[in-house]
Amino acid sequence: MTGLFFLADASGKGFWMPPAASEYAEHVDALFMFILVLSVLFFVLLMGLTGYFAVKYKASPTNTRSSPVSHNFKLEFLWSAIPTVLLVVIFAWGFRDFTSLSATPADALELRVVGQKWNWTVSYPKLDRECTSNSSAKGENVVDFYVPVDRPFTVQLSSQDVLHSFWIPAFRVKRDAVPNRYTGYTVTPTRPGIYPVFCAEYCGDSHSQMRGTVHVLTKEEWEKDFLGTDKCKLDPKAPDYKPKLFAKYGCNTCHSVAAGRAVIVGPGLHGIYGKEEPTSAGSVKVDDDYIRESIEYPSKKIVTGFEGKNMPSFKGRVTEQELAALIDYIKSLQ
Amino acid sequence: MTTTTLEEQIHGGHGAHPEEVDYLRAKRGIWSWMTTVDHKRIGVMYMVGTLLGFLVAGVLALIFRADLMTPDSELGRELYNKLFTLHGAIMVFIFIIPAIPAALGNFFLPLMLGTKDVAFPRLNLMSFYVWVLGLIVLLAAIIAGNLDTGWTFYTPYSIKSNADGSGNIAPLVLATTGAFILGFSSILTGVNFIVTVHKMRAPGMTWNRMPLFVWASYATAVIQVLATPVLAITLLLLMLENVFQIGIFNPAWGGDPVLFQHFFWFYSHPAVYIMILPAFGIISETISVHSKKHIFGYKAIALSSVAIAIISFLVWGHHMFVSGQSEFAAALFSFLTFAVAVPTAIKVFSWVATLYKGVITWNASMLYTLTFLFTFTIGGLTGIFLGALSVDIHFHDSYFVVAHFHYVMMGGTVIALLAGIHHWFPKMFGKMYNEGHARIGVILVFIGFNMTFFTQFMLGSQGMPRRYAEYDPVFQPYHVISSIGSFILGAGLLWTLVYLVMALKNGKKAPANPWGAASLEWATQSPPIEHNFHETPHVDTDPYNYPEIDRTAAKAHH
Repeated sequence: MTGLFFLADASGKGFWMPPAASEYAEHVDALFMFILVLSVLFFVLLMGLTGYFAVKYKASPTNTRSSPVSHNFKLEFLWSAIPTVLLVVIFAWGFRDFTSLSATPADALELRVVGQKWNWTVSYPKLDRECTSNSSAKGENVVDFYVPVDRPFTVQLSSQDVLHSFWIPAFRVKRDAVPNRYTGYTVTPTRPGIYPVFCAEYCGDSHSQMRGTVHVLTKEEWEKDFLGTDKCKLDPKAPDYKPKLFAKYGCNTCHSVAAGRAVIVGPGLHGIYGKEEPTSAGSVKVDDDYIRESIEYPSKKIVTGFEGKNMPSFKGRVTEQELAALIDYIKSLQ
Repeated sequence: MTTTTLEEQIHGGHGAHPEEVDYLRAKRGIWSWMTTVDHKRIGVMYMVGTLLGFLVAGVLALIFRADLMTPDSELGRELYNKLFTLHGAIMVFIFIIPAIPAALGNFFLPLMLGTKDVAFPRLNLMSFYVWVLGLIVLLAAIIAGNLDTGWTFYTPYSIKSNADGSGNIAPLVLATTGAFILGFSSILTGVNFIVTVHKMRAPGMTWNRMPLFVWASYATAVIQVLATPVLAITLLLLMLENVFQIGIFNPAWGGDPVLFQHFFWFYSHPAVYIMILPAFGIISETISVHSKKHIFGYKAIALSSVAIAIISFLVWGHHMFVSGQSEFAAALFSFLTFAVAVPTAIKVFSWVATLYKGVITWNASMLYTLTFLFTFTIGGLTGIFLGALSVDIHFHDSYFVVAHFHYVMMGGTVIALLAGIHHWFPKMFGKMYNEGHARIGVILVFIGFNMTFFTQFMLGSQGMPRRYAEYDPVFQPYHVISSIGSFILGAGLLWTLVYLVMALKNGKKAPANPWGAASLEWATQSPPIEHNFHETPHVDTDPYNYPEIDRTAAKAHH
């Protein structure tokens, strides 16, 4: 019964997999279905026999003697050889499709993806664009980025801090982002649409909020709505440059900027500029110097109550101009 | 009674001894337990200890399953992350690795071999105290060190960075030390089993007359002894790295965090087989005894345990298909992973064939054995999806993996442990439990388990990553079913605990051989006397030779 339920639902559209939106996804789904059908067959066969034997040979006044059969070479050979052959086929099939992830055609769109606690930054090195994440009131950090349909794109992954994993379920691909090293994959989207992206390698408190959305655009949309606009352009003169920078470095994943100063991980920053704050090194007035020091040497003067939160140092990662912009942004939160 | 007892067969009917004081009553007082070198008492102490661990880790799971009923986290992300870390670490290192070998294995291996005790009884007691020390160190590391890394302790996340940028590895070193001490305790058990099997079998007990539970325990012991030292090497490297600041695992010093995964899984993957092989052993016993039929394919089952033990050392890389290891390595590990599937499949086929033309009793132990065939087969088949490289790239680190390993670890090992406990409870404690009560337990566990974990296959394939405190509301219906299932499962297990404890107090007295089994542990009284047997048993037949087997049919057949 369970076997039938399994089969009926599995054939239903989308019961197992989300919509397949890449060439690779179609390959994965084909092998998935092959293994699923074999598994259901073997499962039904095994459970059918088990159930049948358990009922038919149940001990009873008429069933008191058991068979002396204790082995059968032909049978044992068959049930070793048949799975072996099937498993070798599955291995070869899986390996063939897997290697396609690392074949990068010359016309592939290059994306550079950097993971950090807890957001993604997706940049286009040849297009001089960089998509940074937006954070919602609930603390979700979602990066929106754009790729054209039917053109392979290649992801070069790295991490600022710990392991992350860049998973796009609709494309059936993921790979870990590792510090000190590049990893990546190449995949070709085949269906325009908007698909979720997740961090799949556990990375701490807000792991579940490290998300993204990939927009697969038609060729026309790509020309008009992406290349033809200033989407993902980091322009220091743009009005939203400072909040974007704040998000790019992941400041928003720990510090709220809303009135009320809710605590995400570190102190909320709304209205903090100019205030006196109790710290581990005595009372400190929050001015340009203190903010600068807190970005570069976070452990020097920790606001009371936030000991042990261990904000990482951003020294060397943030340029002078960016530091000034970040300080201006915090100043503006009044 | 028309059937003769095993004791009468062995001793030709004249060996009927008057009831003698059993191992539980041979000595009295808590001190006699704490200083005992009796393998049976040590087994019982391990059983109580590991089951307590199971209870604690299970309650933790119910707490976060309740949280997962809504997309938002009521517990908060930080607490949620600590809870799943504790759940995994306790379940794996404290409960499931020692549960079968150290509890049931300790109790029954010497009895099944027809000997008085294990080869090194004092070492056996020491292994128990080493286990207690290990669990204290591991829990202290996780709780005091605020570890929220998951039970896998992956670097560099587990290297808690200090504010000045330097690493604080104290919690990681302490946790690895805890895992190593626990592993060391399993080495002591392993050495004991290996020597006992080689040197202390009763006269006539050839290798091919050993019960399959002994074969499985033997294969497990070999893995325990060989795999655990790798944890010590990891520990040493962690310390060297931090004392001399040479980059090994820590990327801040130029180390490679992926190397830590290699070391971790080089131990932890064979550990998966430490968890499942003894379960295979139990099923080989229960399925044969309760269908009164000779186990089908004795040699294939015995040797497949050994084959699994060997190949288990060569498949660790399948945990790292998306970690950035080379494609050549990925291909090799994928191939070897499929190689380990074959001996596992052979076992399942042989168990099902054992039922053919048997005399099957639907008691609690058999019902759990049938449940095992159902759940473990799902666990094994879903492993094929994960072994296939292209498909794994999608499923890796998703709920599909969570569902798969719960079907293997819980649907396999824990269900087999329940089959084993119901099979051997009368022997261990001399009391019968109520079969009607047990049947209610089986039904609750079966329904609860499948509701909890089958839904997680769909969650994973549709794109739900594991270790998420909060999730997209589209996944909620499956999470709700899964959580309700987990409460049913919890109720079933709690009920099992209740009726077994009731049976200890009020159960009917168990006869020496309530199931009509043919292996040696049933040839002595229930519970056994302190030295197991009145006189050393002589073995002249194999352990699956039941009087119900129709010998005339064999002659007519040939």
